[in-house]
Amino acid sequence: MAYEKFNILNSTAVPLPIENVDTDQIIPARFLKATERKGFGDNLFRDWRFFSDNRPKKDFILNNESFDGKILVAGKNFGSGSSREHAAWAIYDYGFRCVVSSFFADIFRNNCLNIGVLPVQISDNFLEEIFRTIEENPKSEFKINLPKQQILNLSKNKSENFDISSYKKENLLNGYDDIDFLNSIKNDITSFAKKSPL
Amino acid sequence: MNKTLFDKVWDSHVVKSIKDGPDVLFIDRHMVHEVTSPVAFLGLKKRKINVLFPDRTFATADHNTPTINQHLPVADPLSAKQLKALETNAKDNGISYWGLGHKKNGIVHVIGPEYGITQPGATIVCGDSHTSTHGAFGAIAFGIGTSEVEMVLATQCIIQPKPKKMRITIDGKLNNGVTPKDVALFIISKLTTSGATGYFVEYSGQVFESLSMEGRMTVCNLSIEMGARGGMIAPDKKTFDYIKNREFTPKKLEFDRAMKYWRTLKSDEKAKFDKEYIFNASEIEPMITFGTNPGMGLPISKSIPKASSVIGDPSTYKKSLEYMGYNEGEKMIGKKIDFVFLGSCTNGRIEDFRAFTNIVKGRKKANNVTAWLVPGSHKVLQSIKNEGLLNVLNESGFELREPGCSACLAMNDDKIPPGKYAVSTSNRNFEGRQGPGSRTLLGSPIVAAAAAVTGEVTDPRIFL
Ligand code: SF4
Repeated sequence: MAYEKFNILNSTAVPLPIENVDTDQIIPARFLKATERKGFGDNLFRDWRFFSDNRPKKDFILNNESFDGKILVAGKNFGSGSSREHAAWAIYDYGFRCVVSSFFADIFRNNCLNIGVLPVQISDNFLEEIFRTIEENPKSEFKINLPKQQILNLSKNKSENFDISSYKKENLLNGYDDIDFLNSIKNDITSFAKKSPL
Repeated sequence: MNKTLFDKVWDSHVVKSIKDGPDVLFIDRHMVHEVTSPVAFLGLKKRKINVLFPDRTFATADHNTPTINQHLPVADPLSAKQLKALETNAKDNGISYWGLGHKKNGIVHVIGPEYGITQPGATIVCGDSHTSTHGAFGAIAFGIGTSEVEMVLATQCIIQPKPKKMRITIDGKLNNGVTPKDVALFIISKLTTSGATGYFVEYSGQVFESLSMEGRMTVCNLSIEMGARGGMIAPDKKTFDYIKNREFTPKKLEFDRAMKYWRTLKSDEKAKFDKEYIFNASEIEPMITFGTNPGMGLPISKSIPKASSVIGDPSTYKKSLEYMGYNEGEKMIGKKIDFVFLGSCTNGRIEDFRAFTNIVKGRKKANNVTAWLVPGSHKVLQSIKNEGLLNVLNESGFELREPGCSACLAMNDDKIPPGKYAVSTSNRNFEGRQGPGSRTLLGSPIVAAAAAVTGEVTDPRIFL
């Protein structure tokens, strides 16, 4: 599925300073029954965001009007657990284009990259400082520069570089997905398959 | 040669390496279930491409399915729609489909090995993180997202960076009452839920060699809970005996030919791992979890650690204990429980039902406990009946349900109510995993059995 290209993103950020946020929190299993990729943003962090009778929980960050933006900043080890791409869909559908943390679970990171959400992994210290910056002023802006692989904490004038494979970077910059590439090497694949019988 | 088992299997499946980037990996076998596949099939339709090799994909219904009255139409309209979508997609694309009521139906990671879809040296993927289970046979098996499911359907390949390699060695003999589940929970408690992120794990040493294939599957299944992409164990005589004569394994001459290759599937003596851990079997006790991730486990006789003594953010730790309704320093033994769940792709195989039955035999289910006993597949269900376990379970006041994922992720009606405690043989104790507000204590089948007859957390060794 094609997605919006990613180049440079300037935005405020939403802080979620909790560690080990798992995919069951990002999107609980009972919302995985869809047969189309629609409406997942409404159920992002469902049980942290709403009571069982659907009233919003006032103290949860997504219900706090002071905070918004296209960047989600989360505690260490974000996205562990299930392989459900629905977690990444929910984040994208809610309006986030980038997730910043000091550590990501593997499958979640891949899923994000495959649908056009940029996972930005930074040091613990840089993450701490971002949390402090947002706490001081929720309107603080951050700049995610994909071509330069750099994240800037603008109000502190500090930056850090992040890793991404050049293949995935190219895909994000152009909005390509893997199937486009795989289709272009179909002949290699079919001859490989002949060598690898069932 | 100085290759690891993982290198051997991975390298032999690389169709193409992308410069400074990931590999294009050929996938031998692909398992599909109803939850993570519909959007992938939809994507194919939009792109107007067909499934490239339909006979390499196998579909089953498990996540959404009810565990009672499976012969009736599925009541939940959303679940019914998702199940129908899988059936239609499989049929339209010529994929074998073992739907609800089919005699081969069951949890995707239980049936793969049962029918020989899982084989040594193969690459196996599924849109489900516990695909790591199949690594027990010396396969590279891991979970993928829906975009990747679409890739595999369209091209039988995925694009993956090669993970780093970790080896976990445990020698020695396991103590009485220590099961494969305890071995896995022990490792995760040592490494934490992110300790193996970025790695593919090989388990080696006497402990894993001594385990049955079922036990090895339990261990490999839980690899993902320490963040690993997957785990694997070198195939040996037990592996070959297990897979011989199963429906989808090679036969006769071809089996012998395959054996020649399978025998080479072990890490060379000089193979290098990026990280190694060594433990001794004597360190391991029956385990239970007390928090909201699988790394928050401890020996069942111990007390909940103080926030000051654990690694990680103390406020996250406290939030977790608050959710569980527990306090630092409390003992786990004697904690009241409300539900027991025996099942899932972690512990829903015949050996698990034997172990559970062995403990409850001649005893009665505690009155305060609701027990859900859910076989991993129809084949497991049949064995439970054939071996006479069902009678024993019934006499002790337990009933058996029909196969499926059930309360492992509570997508069907099997939900633990808010605030209630469940001792569960599944794999995740995340907040709300077993139903909104549910509180999960992960343990082995015998820890579950001991709790089921006493109504509280109990050291199973007193019944052995
Ligand atoms: S039993 Fe649980 S972990 Fe296993 S496949 Fe089903 S839902 Fe996933």
